[in-house]
Amino acid sequence: MIGRSKWQPYYLILPAIVAILLMVGFPLLYGIGISFSNMNLITFRNPQFNGLSNYIELFKSKALLTDLARTIIWTVINVFFHMTGGIFFALLLNRKLPGKNIYRVLLMIPWAIPQYIAVLAWKNMFRGSYGAIDIVLNNLGITGISWLGDPSWTFIACIIVNIWLGIPFQMATILGGLQSIPSEIYEAAELDGVNSWTKFKNLTLPLLKPVLVPITVLGTVMTFNMINVIVIMTDATGSDQTQILVTRVYNQAFTYFNYGNAAATSVVIFLLLVAFSATFIKFMKGDKGVYE
Amino acid sequence: MKSERFERRDKLPKIIFIYTILTIMAFMSLYPLLNILSISLRPGSRLFTTSLKIIPDGATLENFRIALFERAFGTWLMNSLIVAICATAITLLVSVTAAYAYSRYNFKGKSASLTTFLLTQIFPAPMLLLPIFILLSNLKWLNTYQGLVIPYVAVSVPFCVWTLKGFFDTVPFSIEESAFMDGASLYQIFSKIVLPLSLPAIGVASLFAFTSAWNEYIIARLVLQKDSMLTLPVALTNMQGAFNTDWGIFAAASLVTAIPVMAVFISLSKFMVGGLTMGGVKG
Repeated sequence: MIGRSKWQPYYLILPAIVAILLMVGFPLLYGIGISFSNMNLITFRNPQFNGLSNYIELFKSKALLTDLARTIIWTVINVFFHMTGGIFFALLLNRKLPGKNIYRVLLMIPWAIPQYIAVLAWKNMFRGSYGAIDIVLNNLGITGISWLGDPSWTFIACIIVNIWLGIPFQMATILGGLQSIPSEIYEAAELDGVNSWTKFKNLTLPLLKPVLVPITVLGTVMTFNMINVIVIMTDATGSDQTQILVTRVYNQAFTYFNYGNAAATSVVIFLLLVAFSATFIKFMKGDKGVYE
Repeated sequence: MKSERFERRDKLPKIIFIYTILTIMAFMSLYPLLNILSISLRPGSRLFTTSLKIIPDGATLENFRIALFERAFGTWLMNSLIVAICATAITLLVSVTAAYAYSRYNFKGKSASLTTFLLTQIFPAPMLLLPIFILLSNLKWLNTYQGLVIPYVAVSVPFCVWTLKGFFDTVPFSIEESAFMDGASLYQIFSKIVLPLSLPAIGVASLFAFTSAWNEYIIARLVLQKDSMLTLPVALTNMQGAFNTDWGIFAAASLVTAIPVMAVFISLSKFMVGGLTMGGVKG
């Protein structure tokens, strides 16, 4: 680097680092501290160190395992539909198609609407008798689904809402990736008479891999940590059968004021996510571009 | 090559099929918004209806009038705008400089700190809420703008740094080097060469920072307790309780709230595509 001081990059990154240390680094360590304490609403001012008892309590209860299983179902279904939907619609919008810009804008609406407004709108649509979904289903002769009353259906409703919310982000990033693939590559393949599926499998997917790997990891983590949908759909008073791990943390902290337990659950979630991300990235070796 | 309207090998049925699928999906994307529109236009007496008409019988703007003039909508709007604009400006300043350093310099701790930015995205936000709340209350930042702006900056910075760095990586370094040889300062190089070339990525980053701040609900709910400080998400969520007449007012206010975000979103959406992932594919 010609003539630039050795310290210059540090000045440039300093503000970003300070912001992160203040609002993520410190709270993170403080949260880990809370997980080893008996902090709750009463002991808020002077919590005592209580060793591993939050963790022991956590692993003794069955709730952790069932919530973990439910979280995995939640994450796998959501990410599957986000990615396949994202790829599918990105491929359609990457074609020559009059009016596709209008469609692109429309398809991005679930990402553009403020999330809490979207979830409240869906919640209204899922209401019995007067909700749009119930009205349509009744007209089709399907009755008796209590979307907001029966926890299993509520959970399904939450999944539907979250799939709806998550597709546009993946679609937009994948479309960006598709548009930067040089069209000559496809033209060459077409001259060789390669069919669409082979083209997709052998050209598009490998070329997209540097985009797909990080957004799959990001999407998985975002879905795993998605708290708004379930909290708003169930008014934060959902039964145990609609909880995923992060909503459990939220309820422990802000409904039961059981700070130590909430913090311990969070540490477990954090370790799970770190392990997942590291494994996935290593497995896909997605950090290297295809041309390297 | 002559320009064609459709893909060369597409037959009519396939084109019709594609449009059908896209239209269904577009309708599903739009419908919840139409549903809110419909509720916002309903007169109080017709709130409970089993009609699926978007424009209800006896449509009225009464709910909009109440939402805008009989509630403190102006105050909430101003609070939301101040918070979102400050958060976006600070996020951009902080992440553009950091991303430039990550793209152009090799230094000790570079990959470690970049990875740390990514890792911050992994920690479950609900866990950070309590420690952040205690920190903000010790700083006496509850019920202040900075009490929201600083957390929102921290939320957006990692994503923006990564996006911008990926984009800066695709801008050839040789232009800057020759400018440097000609005696240009770092600031000049940055503002005259790098920034203009990076507008798409900066568009994506500002869009991200603005919408995250504008839409954030959970931190705002903890930090803001005074009515005069409420941002729109907290105020609106407080407004909607049970499904009663207030729902129409909530729906009207929601539409008005959603419009600025969607306007920003749509005006920047041409930058969306291509900005985010360019660095990735070109390797």
